Amino acid sequence: MAAILAFAESRNGELRKVAFETVVAARRAADAAGGEVHAMLFGAPGIASQAEALGRYGADLVTVVEHAALERYSPEVLAATLAQRLQGTDYRGAIFAASAQGRDLAPRVAAKLGVSLASDVTGFEFQTDAVTAQHPAYTGKLIVTLRLVGNPALLTLRPGAITPAEHPRTARIETAAPAMNPADARVTVTDLSARGSAKLDLGEATIIVSGGRGLRAAENFTLVEDLAAAIGNAAVGATRAVTDDGWRPATDQIGQTGRLVSPDLYIAVGISGAVQHLAGMRTAKTIVAINKDKDAPIFKVADYGIVGDLFEIVPRLTEEIRKARKEH
Amino acid sequence: MEMRFSLSGDGKSLDQGGLKYEIGDFDGYALEVGLQLVEKYGGEVVVISIGPDGVQETLRKGLAMGAARAVQLKADVVPFDGLAIARALSAELKDGGYDLVLFGRVATDTANGTVGPMTAELLDLPCVTSISELEILDGQGRARRELEGSAETMQFPLPAVLTIDEGIARPRLASLKGIMAAKKKPLEVKPAQLGEARLTVESMALPPERPPGRIVGEGADAVPELLRLLQTEAKVL
Repeated sequence: MAAILAFAESRNGELRKVAFETVVAARRAADAAGGEVHAMLFGAPGIASQAEALGRYGADLVTVVEHAALERYSPEVLAATLAQRLQGTDYRGAIFAASAQGRDLAPRVAAKLGVSLASDVTGFEFQTDAVTAQHPAYTGKLIVTLRLVGNPALLTLRPGAITPAEHPRTARIETAAPAMNPADARVTVTDLSARGSAKLDLGEATIIVSGGRGLRAAENFTLVEDLAAAIGNAAVGATRAVTDDGWRPATDQIGQTGRLVSPDLYIAVGISGAVQHLAGMRTAKTIVAINKDKDAPIFKVADYGIVGDLFEIVPRLTEEIRKARKEH
Repeated sequence: MEMRFSLSGDGKSLDQGGLKYEIGDFDGYALEVGLQLVEKYGGEVVVISIGPDGVQETLRKGLAMGAARAVQLKADVVPFDGLAIARALSAELKDGGYDLVLFGRVATDTANGTVGPMTAELLDLPCVTSISELEILDGQGRARRELEGSAETMQFPLPAVLTIDEGIARPRLASLKGIMAAKKKPLEVKPAQLGEARLTVESMALPPERPPGRIVGEGADAVPELLRLLQTEAKVL
């Protein structure tokens, strides 16, 4: 019976949140199309300890590829091994995250197999003769419904588009060898540097507090940071205007040329809502806008808005959230 | 870049009337990287584009910025399928003669980001995607790419395929002299060997309207009500 493959992304020996999202997405596809979910996990010896967790989210089989050289990402080894697996058997589809690694890897696998790839999809459906998928394009102004024919259909799934829920089962766990000798890889990672240490990543955060020009100066970002800290598991983002001015690092930029995010809650502070920014966050489940200009475009996409001086509103919000947290 | 457009009657494509083609944001960075490398090490930059004759204007802009020559792989319609585009490019590039093939990390319009690594795979060339720093020394390259919350440095031999992220180079403006010179530079037109597209557009639609939001209130006094809505209605806090 046809199966769906999920690429279980890891870094530094740990599964990333998007690994669970791809497994849950594959579970959904397999339940619709009939068949099993097979997850593939790569890493240095020891990564097998992570395999069981994938069963909790719906993997029937986890194939673990361990090799000392896979401590860091090796695009050529992973692409060759995934392509070999997908070629050999009757896979209906393969799902990757539209993360830095998934966006790098999936096109390589697709080209090796000579199959097409729908990238950065926010939804999909496995039908009998084709797969359809929704892909935001044209600065997020249009949702393109794509139709993919041929097996396997490859997808990269926008992080946050699916909320990982548990579908517990006891996964069978097997091991496999890389399809090529890692020593023969032409492209190698020579350095992996963590940045901002334990900072919560924008793609993994369920809540994002984001700041724009309305904050007036770099140092006023403490207001945004304080609010994120009061909420707890929240990440801090910024608009392009702010990162271009050097108030925040470029990697904090949310928008067309930055990160595309879909958190449960997005709080836009002093952000007018330029189309390029909206392209990066309009798929958030709930949007809150705080802005002094009642006609700012951000209020058109916001579920809840407060018009007024952010320098009064944000500290009050931070204080009220701290109070509420203490009461519980 | 601000984009204004309308959907055509079939609901699968854009109305071409009034559409203006430009070099995509990331493609501009890629071109600038190429021009800077040529200034440093010699050689030439060739710009390639796939599409109808409208892309010639874009190619001329590349020539005006400093590319030596241009190639249009002619296709009436550019397919959405990245693999079809990669096939046409790899057919054009299969005989080598270059050190680097540079792409923008993602097209501003279709937002797929797949053609670069697919072309690399079809040409069997090393590939690093989405790079924000680049060093070339003695036939070897070193590039940095940003990940979520970290960055990795990759080493690779030339020739190679790279896709370029923001932050590496700001595209130069064409000088008047460059614009004049561009008119005389060679622009070759060949048919694009796209092959069969197996990823097609079924429909295009405006994003679902977000349910109309509401202004909770004005000023800091509205904060308690906002908090109540986030907790009890949206249930996100």
